Amino acid sequence: MVERQSPIEPELHPGSHGNFEHGVEIILTETRPGSILQLAAWPGEEKRLMAGIRTVTGLALPDGAGGGIADGVKAVFGFAPGKFTVVDDAEGLASAFAGVITPAIGTVTDLSHGRTAIRIAGPKAEWVLAKFFAIDFALPAFPVGAGRSTTHHDVFAQIQRTGADQFDIYVFRSFARSFWKALCHASEEVGYEVQ
Amino acid sequence: MLITCPYCGPRDVIEFTYQGDGNRQRPQPASQDLDAWNAYVYDRLNPAGDHNEIWQHSGGCRAHLRVVRNTLTHEISSSGFARGDHKAARHKLEAKS
Repeated sequence: MVERQSPIEPELHPGSHGNFEHGVEIILTETRPGSILQLAAWPGEEKRLMAGIRTVTGLALPDGAGGGIADGVKAVFGFAPGKFTVVDDAEGLASAFAGVITPAIGTVTDLSHGRTAIRIAGPKAEWVLAKFFAIDFALPAFPVGAGRSTTHHDVFAQIQRTGADQFDIYVFRSFARSFWKALCHASEEVGYEVQ
Repeated sequence: MLITCPYCGPRDVIEFTYQGDGNRQRPQPASQDLDAWNAYVYDRLNPAGDHNEIWQHSGGCRAHLRVVRNTLTHEISSSGFARGDHKAARHKLEAKS
């Protein structure tokens, strides 16, 4: 495969930044998963699509809007009715789905080169994200594994909570550098570390 | 103004796009009933009160929604997917006599 270049690279400065004298409360990373897919089921085929996701990834999606699960290597979450984002650290996930998600069930769209994955972690992650998005980031309202789709200044973002104080954000590649810079600025006042 | 998306929950109106009056009845494409086409294109109730509307959650799950919004207070009394069984019909446009 062609080596993928990071759109964030020119603005990615590892180390501690901002007001970190009293400790770093935010950790920002670009996770660079090998595969980012969007799966969509035709109306009525949602259960078969979810079964197909389980067959390929081994992850059992919970029922309900925005339900999801992540195991540290693979992640999946619903972001719209009958639509799911599936992520894998390894490349080639689309070809693994090709034989499972038949045209009668739904569609598989490979967005691996079209989205950038940014991870924000730390005790102030909820607090920083609350400055960006008008949704409830509290743990009871946004449980671990769940996904949300929303926008920041018209930049579409899909967010999955992958830990009590950790979120993975998927944004358009072309907007990723601008979004990353905004995220850095928003994290300055609590001190952040780029890894 | 908050609109409750049946998939995403309550979200700010900035995430939504207005898709027009929800009372319109589009005639069959081959229809030559000019009155029906005229009603579809031009006739609007413009109520001071509850109004059927179509909105799209364009900044979220992108689903099309059927919403009842009060044009005086912006209160959203009902919302659901435009596709499916959800009925939010009030002030239905009367058939042209």
